[in-house]
Amino acid sequence: MASELPATLATLLDVALVVAALATLVAGYRVIRGPTTPDRVVALDTIGTNVVAVALLFAMLSLQGFFIDVSLVLAIIGFISTITVARFVTEGDIIE
Amino acid sequence: MTGVESAAAALGSLPTGALVPLAAAGGGAPDVGPLRAALVGLLVVVGTFFLLVGTVGLIRLPTVYNRMHATSKATTLGAGMIALGGFVFYGPGGDGLMALVTLGVLFLTAPTGAHMISRAAQRMGVPFTEDVEWPTEGDGSRIADGEGEESTDAD
Repeated sequence: MASELPATLATLLDVALVVAALATLVAGYRVIRGPTTPDRVVALDTIGTNVVAVALLFAMLSLQGFFIDVSLVLAIIGFISTITVARFVTEGDIIE
Repeated sequence: MTGVESAAAALGSLPTGALVPLAAAGGGAPDVGPLRAALVGLLVVVGTFFLLVGTVGLIRLPTVYNRMHATSKATTLGAGMIALGGFVFYGPGGDGLMALVTLGVLFLTAPTGAHMISRAAQRMGVPFTEDVEWPTEGDGSRIADGEGEESTDAD
């Protein structure tokens, strides 16, 4: 349990974590400024996918495998929320 | 990074077998050799690149449909690559299998969600780019676009 990451891989994961977090932040621009509702939904979906990647990167960086479960649950919840919004926009209700 | 490592060390010093038997059965943190580290690094670099490409596409492309083209393919591929890196990192079993399940879930749900949103956008009347029209059959009649009657709509 006390194994160490190689220094190069740790640095690489750090950089990837920063890049993925910045990409998530930039996607927020489309959520705020998106001209239509589907734009915002697409941007939120992208943010969800990016957060899945961030959780996976953190699972490797911190050597804690639990965060892979976090990313799996985030992926499923992101899918459900996307479907829900798409149905709400077209049908006007979600559960009839 | 030192904070993360000290936190991981503090967690690692706990009697994990008693607290979290499932994680302990998975083998816990792996012993990362140089070859495995190189493969994980390659997958992470490529995955992060595709995440970045998808986000740039989301910001720069003109309409919803174009933006969806960038996000639903490039971003999913990027996150999938990183999930594959997680599988390589944790090895076959326990957490590694969970990373593989995450990859499968991502590849199943992202196209479905993008399809739902694009259909919703088309029904809301979000326009295509100027010179793009709905595809037509050979005789010029429009292919059914789902407006009006919704015979195939799953409820």
